[in-house]
Amino acid sequence: MTEEIRIGVFICHCGINIGGVVDVPAVVEYASTLPNIVHAERNLYTCSSEGLESIKAAIKEHNLNRVTVASCTPRTHEPLFRATCKEVGLNPYLFEFVNIRDQCSWVHMHEPERATEKAKDLLRMGVAKAARLEPLEELTSDVIPSAVVIGAGISGMTAALSVARNGFSVHLIEKEKEIGGMLRNLYRLYPTDEPAEEFLEQRIKAVKEHKRIALRLSSAVRAVEGYVGKFKVILDENGIEKSIDAGVIIVATGAEEFEPEGLYEYDGERVITQLQLEEQLKKGDLNWAGIKNVMMIQCAGARGEVVGYCSRICCMNAIKNAKLIKEAHPDINVFVAHNELQAYGEVYELYYRDAKKAGVRFLRFPLERRPKVRRSDGNLVVDVFHERMRLDIPLEADLVVLSVPLVQNPDATQLSKMLKVPLGQDKFFFEAHVKLRPVDFATDGIFLCGTAHGPKDIGESIAQGYAAASRATIPLARGYVHSEPIISSVNEELCIGCGICESVCPYGAIEVVETEEGGRARVTGVRCKGCGTCGSSCIKRAIKMYHFTDEQLIAQERAAVVTEVIS
Amino acid sequence: MGERSVLVIGGGVAGMQAAFDLAEAGIKVFLVERTLSIGGRMAQLDKTFPTNDCAICILAPKMMDCYRHGNIEVLTFSEVISVEGEVDSFNVKILRNPRFIDEEICNGCGDCAKVCPMGILNKFDMDLRVRGGAYIPFLQAVPLIYALDREKCMRCGLCKVVCGKDAIQYDQRPEIVEMTVSAIIVATGFDALDPSSITEYGYGRYENVITALEFERLICAAGPTGGHVMGKDGKEVKSIAWIQCVGARDMRDNRPYCCSVCCMHATKEAILTKEHYPEVETYIFYTDLRCFGKGFQEYVNRAKDDYGVEYIRGKPGEIREKEDTNLEIFYSPSSDKVERLEVEMVVLCTALIPSEGVEALAGVLGVELDEYKFFKLKDPYNFTETTRDGIFVAGYCQAPRDIPECIAHGSAAASRAMEVVLGGNRNHEKSQ
Repeated sequence: MTEEIRIGVFICHCGINIGGVVDVPAVVEYASTLPNIVHAERNLYTCSSEGLESIKAAIKEHNLNRVTVASCTPRTHEPLFRATCKEVGLNPYLFEFVNIRDQCSWVHMHEPERATEKAKDLLRMGVAKAARLEPLEELTSDVIPSAVVIGAGISGMTAALSVARNGFSVHLIEKEKEIGGMLRNLYRLYPTDEPAEEFLEQRIKAVKEHKRIALRLSSAVRAVEGYVGKFKVILDENGIEKSIDAGVIIVATGAEEFEPEGLYEYDGERVITQLQLEEQLKKGDLNWAGIKNVMMIQCAGARGEVVGYCSRICCMNAIKNAKLIKEAHPDINVFVAHNELQAYGEVYELYYRDAKKAGVRFLRFPLERRPKVRRSDGNLVVDVFHERMRLDIPLEADLVVLSVPLVQNPDATQLSKMLKVPLGQDKFFFEAHVKLRPVDFATDGIFLCGTAHGPKDIGESIAQGYAAASRATIPLARGYVHSEPIISSVNEELCIGCGICESVCPYGAIEVVETEEGGRARVTGVRCKGCGTCGSSCIKRAIKMYHFTDEQLIAQERAAVVTEVIS
Repeated sequence: MGERSVLVIGGGVAGMQAAFDLAEAGIKVFLVERTLSIGGRMAQLDKTFPTNDCAICILAPKMMDCYRHGNIEVLTFSEVISVEGEVDSFNVKILRNPRFIDEEICNGCGDCAKVCPMGILNKFDMDLRVRGGAYIPFLQAVPLIYALDREKCMRCGLCKVVCGKDAIQYDQRPEIVEMTVSAIIVATGFDALDPSSITEYGYGRYENVITALEFERLICAAGPTGGHVMGKDGKEVKSIAWIQCVGARDMRDNRPYCCSVCCMHATKEAILTKEHYPEVETYIFYTDLRCFGKGFQEYVNRAKDDYGVEYIRGKPGEIREKEDTNLEIFYSPSSDKVERLEVEMVVLCTALIPSEGVEALAGVLGVELDEYKFFKLKDPYNFTETTRDGIFVAGYCQAPRDIPECIAHGSAAASRAMEVVLGGNRNHEKSQ
């Protein structure tokens, strides 16, 4: 006997977000005329505790076996409503979401009547699909209790150490022979001016001494297989291929300094970058004789010159080096030509004040009139446009230091493909959500920290290292992961093993295997993200997408055009 | 020894993230919040930069996730009054202020609020809206449990009559609960400076000089004006200027620091204004435009190029109110002249300062604050660590930072607390 479909519909006012445009009571009234509806109500906020209690009560009272909420967006609220259904024993996949805020009240805010009609249409479609939903079960799989951290700069070292202290073993992979990353090239650190070497030494010691951290030096990632809980990372370690199993992966591959080839008379000798300056200061091989004027130029290659973004750390870095030079050589004139000076926050603003007190001169140029470096009789001259006087001031310089942006390291493109995680427009790794998930990737089990995510200074990189450690520890500490059952599945009787699905799957979740009947496609459930690409490309219609089956979608489409829905 | 747990103080976005990570890792968390609802400052914002995501829309699911989590016990309207012991075994006393409504019984129906005859300015709406004496601070409040404002309540008894669940308890007493926790995370956030003391801008004297947080409530569709940006006289304004660094980067009150987020939230507020009212003129007065975060420069470019927001470098010296309530801003674009700009509304981006009561809390916790009342770090490069072992810090209360940084910082502090709890030994390895 087929089950009687009993749908409950909950329509949200979202305060006035929806209710101010869409005639919610009219939509409720319309809902009760649709097939299979046994209950329809409206809520001021369906997502409030009150709204959720109301859903639960209605499920029990009316013996509902399908629930449809018409409110905002599944991106933020579907998990909440599913969990609510689950709390009273209704399979969470018998829940259907209809978005009447973004798709009705927001985009049609000046046409309330048509927005209301569209809300009815969308609801009718949602209910048609809801009637055909099937219960699904979440998949659970075990987690290998160890982490791989790619990159042993300060953020990777911090992440590795914290995961290890949380009780799990860590493989810390570094492409160089030594750990430490970019810090190894730095001279002193702001805001304490302490030598980078001493700072790094203690931290390297802590990493090396930790019994749960295995260092993999001179190692490059060659391939990554698997999924959250069961990753396999193939390494080339000193020319030998090694395979590491791990439950989670943290990307901490850092960034590098932009090379200003062809800009500002850059020659690596008298026109150098901040990092080159620091290397020389560190080695003590900069010949100060004959240097009377040092000119630092901010945003060299950044903020629209070559890259679009502000590189965040260059202002403070320049202020630090300018201050250190001025303190060591009070008779040298040190200038910082800048546009918007990024001495943000509490401590950096104070440090900037100290640099001014030490005698560093700050010159502000407009971004559309950047300084120009020219050579005149073998001398360097920097023309800095004076904003208030509205003219170029020529300043002689014996050393020009370019504050160039941090840029993504060239290996990142390859790594992003291996991990199947995205890079942003700025080429840095792109996190799951700019606001709410700064160290997560959209792919479960892979996390991000440090300058691989975007320019950051030491303290900020350390903070993100700890943050990634926390996120990565979660699946390790639980020992298992759940994954969504909205995945694809192959009907092997229809499949002819053509392999189109395998070639289009962006997650490596479907592959053709040899069976007695010939080649057949198989899905690795935990890897599948339910994107549907395989299903829509299957020429034999052998692939079913759970929760988006042909039957469900066709019913939904029919309801879009056929106003009188027959159940 | 019982279950090992962590105390998180402050239910804003940093504290919630810390609590959530710990809970997901299987650790019991007590999340203590001083106000009636978790959510913190982010709940008051309309949208967030640089994506213009609706703040409460993305925050509300996080608030519910925290509240519903089996490993998190949320204690709202509560304050930490005593901490004794040391890392791995802090004995904590928490004062639970009376709501005068039984938390177990109230189902948030709001009938009490409907009958309450009192009109009290709602702090959550920056005093721009009136609430009853029986109230929740905002509609998405978590938990959805009402409270009586006993300072203003006349005990007329109407709420008690209508409450179908008999949840009103006029004689409820404060309660003290005790617990033992392994580690503590402090995430007490910030307050916005009251700019009345910056007399040259006339806040409090001039009708249409408001603060940035007040503007957030005004432009919010769920706010007191339904998203209409209007002056106190109710007329929609045609030109708005934002002024940066009001009380910040200013030595008069010894507040030299930069609050890190104002350049960007002013940019956001100007963009939102242009989206609502393309014809309104928008100006941002700034000192140094601090757009150093991911996607920020691009956001500012869009504000200038696509929306026509005008940025003016300079800190106005004075604002004068004209008879028609228009405001004249005097500023100096170069050293030898003073210019004048007339607008209908001025939004002050005031200093964001460590929240009220932070000194008392630091005393209770036995940790140090710095000169500006931010939580002092043991190691200036490790933003998670206070001056006391086992007490960690996250979010704006340690130093100015934006929402994603607060969230990362919340997670970071969580990992430090995990080191204590999961690492599982008393003499846990010292921070590097």
